[in-house]
Amino acid sequence: MFHRESGIFKTTYASDMALYPLPIARWTVIVASVLFVVVAPLVLHEYYLSIINLILIAIVGALGLNILVGYTGQISIGHAAFMSVGAYTAANLAVKLGLPFWLTLPAGGAMAALIGVLVGIPSLRIKGLYLAIATLAGQLIIEWTINHVPAISGGAQASIEVPRPALFGYQMKTQGQLYFFLLFFAAVAIVATLNLVRSRIGRIFVAIRDQDIAAEIIGIDIFRWKLIAFAISSFYAGVCGVLYTYYLGIANYEQFQIGVSIDYLAMIIIGGLGSVLGTIFGAVFVTLLPIVIRTFMETFGGYFFSDGDLPNVISSLRMIIFGGLIIVFLVVEPEGLNRLWRNIRNYFRTWPFSY
Amino acid sequence: MQAMTRRWIAATAAAGALTLGGAGAFAQAKELVFGLHCDRSGATQTVGVFLCPGYHDYIATVNAKGGVEGYKIRVMEIDNEYKVPPAMEAHERFKKEGAILTGLYGTPHTAALSKKLEEDKILGTSPGFGTAAAADGVRYPYVFPIAASYWSQATGAVQFVKDRLGGSLKGKKIAYLFYDNPAGKEPLVILEDLAKAEGFEMKTFAVPAPGVEMGAQVLDITARFKPDFILAHLFGRSPSVAMKELKGKGFPLSKMIGFVWASSEADIAAAGGMGFAEGYNTIQFAGVGKEFPIHKEIVDLYKAQGKPAPKEMDSTVLYNRGLLTAALHVEAARIAIRAKSGGVPTGEEVRNGMEAIKGFTLGGLVPPMAITRQDHEGGGWIQVWTVKGGKLVKATEWIQPYREVILKHLAAEAKK
Repeated sequence: MFHRESGIFKTTYASDMALYPLPIARWTVIVASVLFVVVAPLVLHEYYLSIINLILIAIVGALGLNILVGYTGQISIGHAAFMSVGAYTAANLAVKLGLPFWLTLPAGGAMAALIGVLVGIPSLRIKGLYLAIATLAGQLIIEWTINHVPAISGGAQASIEVPRPALFGYQMKTQGQLYFFLLFFAAVAIVATLNLVRSRIGRIFVAIRDQDIAAEIIGIDIFRWKLIAFAISSFYAGVCGVLYTYYLGIANYEQFQIGVSIDYLAMIIIGGLGSVLGTIFGAVFVTLLPIVIRTFMETFGGYFFSDGDLPNVISSLRMIIFGGLIIVFLVVEPEGLNRLWRNIRNYFRTWPFSY
Repeated sequence: MQAMTRRWIAATAAAGALTLGGAGAFAQAKELVFGLHCDRSGATQTVGVFLCPGYHDYIATVNAKGGVEGYKIRVMEIDNEYKVPPAMEAHERFKKEGAILTGLYGTPHTAALSKKLEEDKILGTSPGFGTAAAADGVRYPYVFPIAASYWSQATGAVQFVKDRLGGSLKGKKIAYLFYDNPAGKEPLVILEDLAKAEGFEMKTFAVPAPGVEMGAQVLDITARFKPDFILAHLFGRSPSVAMKELKGKGFPLSKMIGFVWASSEADIAAAGGMGFAEGYNTIQFAGVGKEFPIHKEIVDLYKAQGKPAPKEMDSTVLYNRGLLTAALHVEAARIAIRAKSGGVPTGEEVRNGMEAIKGFTLGGLVPPMAITRQDHEGGGWIQVWTVKGGKLVKATEWIQPYREVILKHLAAEAKK
C-alpha cells in the first residue's frame, strides 16, 4: 500500500544487504525518530513516558537474549543474573570510585560479558534443555554470590543506591529526562543488533543455530563463536542491568531473580525468535498488556462486579487473559508477533489488487 | 490467512480505542487520592488478599462518616504482582491521578521507589518490610516504615525469649532460622550484638529460596544444636513448613517465635491449624482479633448495605495490618488538612502530617507510636501473641525493648 518494490533494482551485493533495502525504509526511520525524539516527549504525559522507559529497558535486555537464543540457538535461563552482574558492577564503580555513567555502563556490560563467557562454557559440550539447566545453575550461583559477598552487595540489604546519571553537570531525574537517556541506549542497541545480525558474525550465529556440525565443517570454530555469542548477549544484559539501576537509582539483586529471566524468555518467544523487530514487539507486548488489561477492567469491570470483588477479579483476570493471549498468539502464529506483522505487511503489499 | 489478518487488525483497533477511553478519569473536587500498591497475584498473594481489603474497609468507614475533614477518599489500588517494573508504573499512575500519599508493598519495590518518592515528594509507607535503616527519617524523608522493622522485631523476640526463659539468657542457646535473602539477614547485626550483651549462644540456619525444603536445617537444629529457643524469620510457605518439620522432630512449638511474616492465621492454618500449632509464638505490629471497635463499625457498615461481614476479616492478623496502614494514612491526611485549615494538602504537607502522629491507638489496634522527623518507625513497638486453645492470645503488651541498641545501629547507618 505504502511502498512498491517494482522499479527498484539492486545491482550490488552491498545494496542487497543494506540496512534499509528500500528508499521508503529510510523515510520510515526518519519519521520514527522524529516521533520518538521530538513528538513523544512533548505530547505524552510523564506517566506514559514511564511506561515507554520500562519498555526501552526491556528492549535492550531482550535483544541480548534474542542474539543468544534466537540467533545462535543456545537456550539461557540465566539472563537476569547477567543483568545483576552489570548492575552491581556499575553501582560499585559509581559509588566507590565516583565514576560517571558513560564509564560504568560499558564496564558493567564488560563484566557481565566476562561472567557470561564463564557460564557459557558448558555450552561447548551440551545443548538444548541440558544447557538450559546449566545456565539455570549459573543464575542461582550468581544470585547466591551477590547475596553473600558484602564486597559486591554492599551489606546485608544487598542494595546499593546510585546517584542519578549526569552529563556535563546536567542531571537526569524525571521520567522525561530519563526517557532520553534510555532512548539513546535502546536506539544504539537496536541499530547495533541490526548490523550484527546482517554481518559475518550474525551469519555465523545462524549457521551454528541451524546445524552446528555443518557449521564446523565449513570452517567455523564453533567453540569460539558460541562463547562470543554468550559474551555479546551478556554484554547487552549487563547494559540492561546498568540502565535499570540508573533508572531506579538503586541496584538490588531481588530485582533480577529467576522470574525475570523467564519474563525475558517470554518476550522473545512471543515477539519472534531470531528477529530484532520481533524482540521489540515482545518487549512492548509483555510490558504493556497487563497495563492495558487493567485499565480496561477498571473502566468496564464496575458494571459486572462489586467494588469489593473487583480488585481480586482484575488481578486474576489479568493473569488468565495474559496467559490465554500468549497461547492464542502462539497457536495462531508460532513464529511470534514479528511473523504476524509480516503477514499483515505482505497482505497490504499488493492491496487492493491481491490477485 | 487474510480473513484472520483483517479480524486481528479490527481487534487491535478496538482494544486501543478502549484503552484511550479509560484513561480520562479526572479527580473531582473535595476528593483525596490515596495510592495503594498491593500483591494479589504474585509471590506473596496470600498476604495481599487479606491486607488490602482491610485497607479498603477502613477507608469505606471513613467515607461513610463524611470523609476526612470533609474530603472523600478515593483509593487507587494497583496489583504489582510482586514485580518491580509494575510497581514503578503504578507509582507514576498514582502521581498522574494526584495521589497525596502511597502505601508501598514489598521490600524490592520499596528499595526501587525510595529515590522516586523523595524526588516526587509523595510519601510511601512500608509497614513490616523495606530496610530497617528507613526508620531514619532524615536519610529517607519520604519512606515511612510506621511499624516495627526487622531490627525492632529481633529485639522484641529476644526480650520475649528472655522473659520466657526465666529472666536471664546467660549460657542459653538460641537458633536463628531465617530465609536466605536480604530481609532474612537484616536482623543478624542486632542479634549478634544482643548475644554478646546477654551472653547467649546464637547459631544461624539459612533456608534457601523458595524455602519449602528445610529438612537438613531442622535436623541440625533438633539433633545437634538443641536450642532453648528458635527465632524464625521466614516468608510465604516456609513458616508452615518449619512448624511442620520441627514438630515432626518432636520440638515443642512453644519454644519457637515467628517474626511478623510468619505469624498470620494463614501460616498457622497451612501448618495444620491452631490445634497443631498450640504454643507457637508470633510477633505482631498491629493488634490481633476482631474485637476492636473498628471491626464493629465495619460490620455495621456492611450490614447497612445488606451484606454479611467481609470474610477477609477472619484472617485478623493481616486484615488488621491493612487497617493500621489505612488508619495512619487517614490520620496523616487529617493532620495535614487541619494544618492548612481545610485546604488540599500537598505530598510534602502530608509527610509533615505523618511526622506529627502521636497517641493514635485506634482502640489498641495501633501501638502507642510517636512518629517524628527522626523516627519514621514510630518507636518500633511489638506485641507477642501465642496460640492457645485454638486462637491467638495476647502474651505481652506493646513493648520496645533494647531501643538503645537499635538507635546505635541507626546512627551507625546514618554515617555510611
